[in-house]
Amino acid sequence: MNEKRLVYPWTRKDVTSLKSGESVLITGTLYMARDAAHARMTDEFMTKGKFPFEPEGQAIYYSGPAPAPPGKIIGPAGPTTSGRMDKFTPLLLENGLYFMIGKGNRSSEVIDSIVKNGCAYMAATGGAAALLSRSIISQEIVSYPELGPEALRKLYVEDFPAIVIIDCNGNNLYEDGKRQYRKIHITAREDNAVKNPNKNTTG
Amino acid sequence: MRILNTDIIKNAVEKMCIEASYKIPENIVRCYYDALKIEESPLAKQILGQLIENANYAASNNVPSCQDTGMVVVFLKIGREVFLTGKPIEDMINEGVALGYEKGWLRKSVVSHPLERINTGTNTPAVIHFEFIDGDKVEITVMPKGFGSENMSAFAMLKPSDGIEGVRNFILDTVEKAGPNACPPLFIGIGLGGTAEKAMLLSKKALLRNPGYRSTIKKDAELELQLIDLLNQTGIGATGTGGTVTVFDVFVESYPTHIAGLPVAVNICCHAMRHKETVI
Repeated sequence: MNEKRLVYPWTRKDVTSLKSGESVLITGTLYMARDAAHARMTDEFMTKGKFPFEPEGQAIYYSGPAPAPPGKIIGPAGPTTSGRMDKFTPLLLENGLYFMIGKGNRSSEVIDSIVKNGCAYMAATGGAAALLSRSIISQEIVSYPELGPEALRKLYVEDFPAIVIIDCNGNNLYEDGKRQYRKIHITAREDNAVKNPNKNTTG
Repeated sequence: MRILNTDIIKNAVEKMCIEASYKIPENIVRCYYDALKIEESPLAKQILGQLIENANYAASNNVPSCQDTGMVVVFLKIGREVFLTGKPIEDMINEGVALGYEKGWLRKSVVSHPLERINTGTNTPAVIHFEFIDGDKVEITVMPKGFGSENMSAFAMLKPSDGIEGVRNFILDTVEKAGPNACPPLFIGIGLGGTAEKAMLLSKKALLRNPGYRSTIKKDAELELQLIDLLNQTGIGATGTGGTVTVFDVFVESYPTHIAGLPVAVNICCHAMRHKETVI
């Protein structure tokens, strides 16, 4: 597999040249935030008019690490399900965030916002947390230390492996990949009715 | 009658929490290797390779394989000839969980009230299921259940006339909806029959079976094989990026039900089906 390299500081052009389905090795700064940090950041923006970090040109990795054992920089830190952050994401993209790394489906609002703002959504391998934590070279808590694993962190990663799922043109690997290897036509039944009107609908 | 102090259960639970989190069982890792042989997507193969590397790295470095070290589900089978002394067994289980999560550097993911959401700081309480068995032993199974997959579980009260077709479609829809969120390739536990809560519990218990082992009930074993075939045709693949291996296995557990009902429960487990058992 040929991997593309993405090195910080990334430019808008770097991000818009990413293509759905590409494997990427990321080196640079990522902010780490999940459910509670997103809720708090959004509250802060609504009340104070700014986020606890400047999202312009940055990226967020959705993860809540396990505690760091003695001698380690961070505990295992794999991606968490991105869909829970959907409601907070368009505001961050409108404010200059370049891309997100997580796992799982995004809402149509998020996909629209990715396209509109020239952003990208990537996935890291869910469950490969021990392996992924090896790519994290440093970490510090930026805000909300009381949230423990849900605190807002700033990471420096080296050759962090991710796959581009949704690119700035709205191509979605979760749909395209599935279509490519699909051997039945049973669900997305409405879809099926249109595309395969004569096929038997049971598997 | 065998007298057993519950203190011993605390230590066993502590140890099992840590082991289950660090070491993905060999028979599960074997599923990754087997999938590599048949998977058609190069990207999915690359991902399966990462899962193998991750399992090896976690086990050899004594770190959890996944940052979501779960909410702990404990299945307790108590021999009818056992007389338990000491502190209440539920307390000892929870103390064991708290110790294991602290000492093992596992993530504490449990919040108090579901709407207040304050982290309990100990990963307790565990969810404990009791059962009685013959003999003078206590069997304890510890299953740390991650919520990426648990969130995608589903339940339906179908009509008896929906039959096997309805059951298949509901399971298929559930797996399609889970898509990339639940970290496929998946292990699927199916609970069929009983009442609503019985079906849910059966679907969770189904996930305790070893991969490759079919139900001893012919009808259920047939359904398992049909479902494995059907779900692997969805194209979802490893992590949902497309591929020919979407499920590693499907386990069906059934129970008699009411003339008016056909309860179906689907409990989903990610690619790392982890649980530990001890007999005391």
